[in-house]
Formats: sequence, structure tokens, C-alpha cells
Amino acid sequence: MSESALRPLHAALAAFGHIVDGHRPWPRYVLDVAGWGQLVDALGVRRWPLLGLWADGRTVHVALEDHSAAEFAVASLETRDATYHSLGAARPAAIRMERAIRDLAGLNAVGGVDDRPWLDHGQWRITTPLDAAGVRPAVRRAATDYRFLPVEGEGLHQIPVGPVHAGIIEPGHFRFHANGETLVRLEARLGYVHKGTEALMQGKSVADAARLAGRISGDSTVAHALAFCRAVEAATGVDIPARAHWVRAVMAEWERTANHLGDIGAICNDAAFAFIQAHCTVLRERVLQACAKAFGHRLMMDLVVPGGVAVDLAPEQAAAFAGLAVDLLPPFEDMCRIYDSKGSLLDRTVTTGITPRAEIERFWPPGHVGRAAGAGRDARLVPGYPPYTELSFAVPRFTAGDVDARVRVRMEEVRQSVRMIQRMLVAMPDGPLRVDVPAAPGEGMSLVEAFRGEVLGWVRLAADGTVARYHARDASWLQWPLLETAVYDNIVADFPLCNKSFNCSYSGHDL
Amino acid sequence: MLKHMVRSLFARPVTIDGPAAGDAALRELAAKVEALARRRLGRSLSIREIDAGSCNGCELEIHALNNPIYDLERFGIRFVASPRHADVLLVTGPVSLNMHEALLRTINATPQPRWIVAAGDCACTGGLFAGSYACAGALDSVVPVDLRIAGCPPTPLQLLEGLLALLEASAGKVKAAAAPPAAG
Ligand code: SF4
Repeated sequence: MSESALRPLHAALAAFGHIVDGHRPWPRYVLDVAGWGQLVDALGVRRWPLLGLWADGRTVHVALEDHSAAEFAVASLETRDATYHSLGAARPAAIRMERAIRDLAGLNAVGGVDDRPWLDHGQWRITTPLDAAGVRPAVRRAATDYRFLPVEGEGLHQIPVGPVHAGIIEPGHFRFHANGETLVRLEARLGYVHKGTEALMQGKSVADAARLAGRISGDSTVAHALAFCRAVEAATGVDIPARAHWVRAVMAEWERTANHLGDIGAICNDAAFAFIQAHCTVLRERVLQACAKAFGHRLMMDLVVPGGVAVDLAPEQAAAFAGLAVDLLPPFEDMCRIYDSKGSLLDRTVTTGITPRAEIERFWPPGHVGRAAGAGRDARLVPGYPPYTELSFAVPRFTAGDVDARVRVRMEEVRQSVRMIQRMLVAMPDGPLRVDVPAAPGEGMSLVEAFRGEVLGWVRLAADGTVARYHARDASWLQWPLLETAVYDNIVADFPLCNKSFNCSYSGHDL
Repeated sequence: MLKHMVRSLFARPVTIDGPAAGDAALRELAAKVEALARRRLGRSLSIREIDAGSCNGCELEIHALNNPIYDLERFGIRFVASPRHADVLLVTGPVSLNMHEALLRTINATPQPRWIVAAGDCACTGGLFAGSYACAGALDSVVPVDLRIAGCPPTPLQLLEGLLALLEASAGKVKAAAAPPAAG
């Protein structure tokens, strides 16, 4: 182990390689094969959480964080023979990302833990669609051709579920192994809603690409559009008008509120307690109707645009929001009290679906999955972005890591978002809403807090200002694997509860 | 809890007359759907929803149809878990090729007569994902479609309007003689 590996992230990466110009706001370091090897070794001894791993042409990028130094950075390796040393052994979250990189860009992780395809089910019109050396013709195979991990033991049985599920939810396949009623393994197979979004964004103007970013995961359309726009604004060095930051944040907090309301209700419904769901869906509907009135779209799609926002918040709509914020909390608190007072409901949520501590430290899952288990940095505060840097608030944290703790994180976040909206409505500055983004090259990264956790956005703009590469890492990438560990030793019937308390995005993951 | 139940007993329902009281369109539409559903279908229409590559925005609004404000079930229209119980397949998304086979299998598991509805711009035209290497695009490039409900995503009101249109159209389509869609 070299001594450089013991330095803070930036100093260590500077020793493994060299910094490049024009990557904002956090530095990017280019490593050679030896430097990448040093990084792999360092990951074995340092706790730097993995934030993302993706390919741009023949280059592999990894985004890392150093908690103790509050540093963020990207390290890159230009692969020569389309291979790179796998990070999967040191960072299990990298395993599926490496499988996705091979499917999309044709780069192979040497020493990888899992060589099965991930997003490519053998159905696309081409293979390796993001391969810089030229895409290849399709290699078709049966959609069902997939090796699930074997499980051996007496009395075990398999329960295959999906991709089409019983409810109105997104598609994915869950392979359960159960011993009687008890789950001994869950393995998810995802990729069913892969739409080739990242390839579609290539060559598009930032305005058109922003619309696609807003459809990476519909429930987080504001957050994903924000992640894209902030990455573009970082790449081009654009300062957007102050008011735009505040309007964006009002949208983002209503989005968070609406989603948590929907999920809290749905979790209770999965415990056969429909009463809370009925009330929560009414509250959610009020939020969406107010957003439609204020901004012209219930989910607020296409309103966060590069350089600012597409609509203003008119004074009478701000007043309507203020009224809604006042009206929303008392009935919501009633629901929280009912949740707290129902033994039959708590019996289903407390101690159900516990995320093991060791896995939390291996994945550092963002959002409510992390915060329910003592982790979960909030990107609004660290690294932080406007206007949150002007609004003090505490990140709710629990330690139990069970369904109940995830419900409680969400309840606290609803309260916090609504109060934050009230403060923002008062404190918002007046002024312009949007500036032009120059057509210029650059590289930019963003970290944005969506309702389910942090979204990482990374963009490389071509000389004409169009998108050469955009990568979005939804929080779900770091949460789906945890779901598999959380359901271990739970009964099959509690899976829906565990799943809903996570509510990972399929589309946000499959892209 | 008890307090809430008692309050619910005496409160006016939130459905239509509640927060959306000003929404004449919804009230009028609801009445039409109800009358038609009763006449044509003897108060039952079962919908199986299939996400064929949606961004999940469409699902959020389809979910909203079940909230107490829109309360779809009072029209006798309900979402069912199995395609074998369905009259209508409500399909969202630009038919991601990874979902293609599962979609066809679900359609084939749905007994005739059945109606296939494309919900959302993606299912209607491929939306922003048209032309992707990973999507078939418009639903009707894969299976004949009986109705398209545009919108990204369509609002619950637009979805209700669409279902009304379907009920109207179904008048001319004798159930037993429905043309078999050439699925799969
Ligand atoms: S129509 Fe719009 S909301 Fe619906 S799946 Fe497509 S992009 Fe998402």
C-alpha cells in the first residue's frame, strides 16, 4: 500500500494520476493503468463511497466521495484494449455498474465478480450502443436466457415473480428462494424498461436533452432535470439567476412531498391499512393540483430548463402554495398519529426488512434507505447547492434500518419540505428566471437530492454545445442491491412492504 | 382513528364534490362514464395495466384514478391483477424491446373480446423515445390499438375521458365479434 492511498481523496488521486482542466465543480483526475491499480488498492483500505461508475467512449469514470475531507472527485482511465481492472471486489455497488458498462459500451472489467449481462437482454436492435469504436449488430438471445444464482438446500423452493406484477407498478423480475414462508434469497433481474435514454441524448441540444432527462424517472422529473441542468451549468460556467434557484427548489420540495405522501400511503396499504392510503392520496392529489395551477403541469415536467426555469411562480400562486402548506400538515399529522397508534400496523413495519449494518457501509445507500440506517448524506446540504445553503435544516436519521424507520424518515421529510416551502415563499428574491447557456464545450457534474436520494449527473458537452455524453446515476442503483439483503429471513408476505418502503425506480435504474 | 371514522361518516365525500368541486368537467365526465358503463357493461370493466417501458409518470396518474377524488371504482371500472380477468389492457411506455415479449404474453393471456388502450405519448407515438435502439416505439407497431390517450403523462381527467370514449366506441363493437388482434 502506497502512502498516497492514506491521503485525502484529492491528494491521493493527484498522486495516482494528474488533474485535468475544465471539469467542474469537482476535479477530475486521469489515471493510467498503474494509477487505476493504485486506486483499486486504495479502495480496499479507504472508506470512500462509490457515487457512480460509467463509461464515456473508451474511458471509464468513477465518482468518489471522501466523507472526512468532504471531497468529491472523478477518476478516469482511458482503456487501451477495452478492459479495466474491476472495482467490484472493493465496492460491491460497482458490480452491476460494470455489467451495464459492458452491455452499453463494450468495456470489460477484468477480475469482475459477475460476468452476466445486466441491461442487455438480447432484444435490442444493436449491441454495445455506446461503444465509441462503433456499435455492433444485434446478438439476439431469448429474453428468458439468464442464469440466476443457484441456491442449494433441502426444502427450498423458487418463486419467480415478474416482470409483469400484479399491481400498477414498473416491471422487473424477482427470483425468490424460500424455505417455507421464509426468504433465503432474493435476486432481482432488471433492465426491462431500458429505453436507450443516454444514447438518445447524445448529439441533442441541451434544451432537448433536458426533456429526456426529465423522463429518466417520471416521479423524479424535477430532480433529474435539475441534475442534468446543474451539470450543464457547471460545464459551461453559467450562473443562473437567483430566483430560478428558488423556483426550482419550490418545485423540488413539492415533488418530494407528493412522492413521500404517495409512498407512506402505499406502504400502509401493503400492510392492509387502506385508511391512511386513502387520506394520503387525497393530500397528494391536492399537491399535484396546486402544482398544475401554479406551473401548468401536475408532475412539473419540462419546467427546469438549462439556464433557469421555464415558468415563474406568480404571486397569487405563491399565496395558494402558502395556503396549501398550512392546510396540509394538520391532516398529515393526524395520519402520522394513527400510524403510531396502530399496533397491528406497527407489527408489520417494525423489525421488518432490516438493512444489515455491514451492507450499509459497503453501499452507502442514499436517501431514506440510508437515513433509516444512520447513513444517507443529503446532497442539499453536502456538497450543498442554492438555495438550500441559505436554509438551515436537519437531516432526519434513524438507526433501526427497518420498514418503520424508512416510513419515519419520509414522514419527517414531508414536514420538513412543507416548512421549507413556507420559508422559501417568504424569502424568494425577485428577478429574471433564465439566462442563455452558451454553446461551448465542457465537463460538469452535479449531485442533486431527489425524493428517493441523491442523483448524480455527469455531462460532457461537445464543441458546439450539444451533449456528447450524459450519465445519470439514480439513487436506485445504490438501493436495489440493499433490498435483496433487507428481505433476507423475512416472510414472503412482507416483501411488498419492504419493496414499497424502498420504492426504487425501475426506469431510473434501467435508463 | 375513531374520531376520523366518525368524521368521515358525516363529512361530505371528497370525491368530485370535494376539492374538485369547481371542476365541472370532472363531474360531468363522471356522470357520463357512469351511465355508459352501467348500460354497456353491466357495471363492470376490468383493466389490466402494463408498463411497457414507461418512465413511471404515466403510472402515477393511472394510480391517481384510484384515489378518493377520482374514485374510478364507483363506475364499476377497476384494475385487476391478472390479464385473465381483464377486458381492457392499458399499456404505457414506448414498448421497450426488453418488455416486448412479456407484453405479448400478457396480451395473449387476456381473453377475447379485449380492448387495447395506449396511454401516454410514449405508447401513442413512441414519444421522445421514438427511434431508440431499445424501443419498438408506438404500441400500434406491435399490436392493433383500439384507443389512444395522449398526454405526457395524460392527467387523470384525460384518462377518464379516454375510458369514456372507449365505452362509447365499444357500443359499436359487439363484444363476441371483436376482431382478434394479431398479437404475438
Ligand atoms: S408518456 Fe410521458 S409520462 Fe408517460 S411514460 Fe412516456 S415520458 Fe413518461
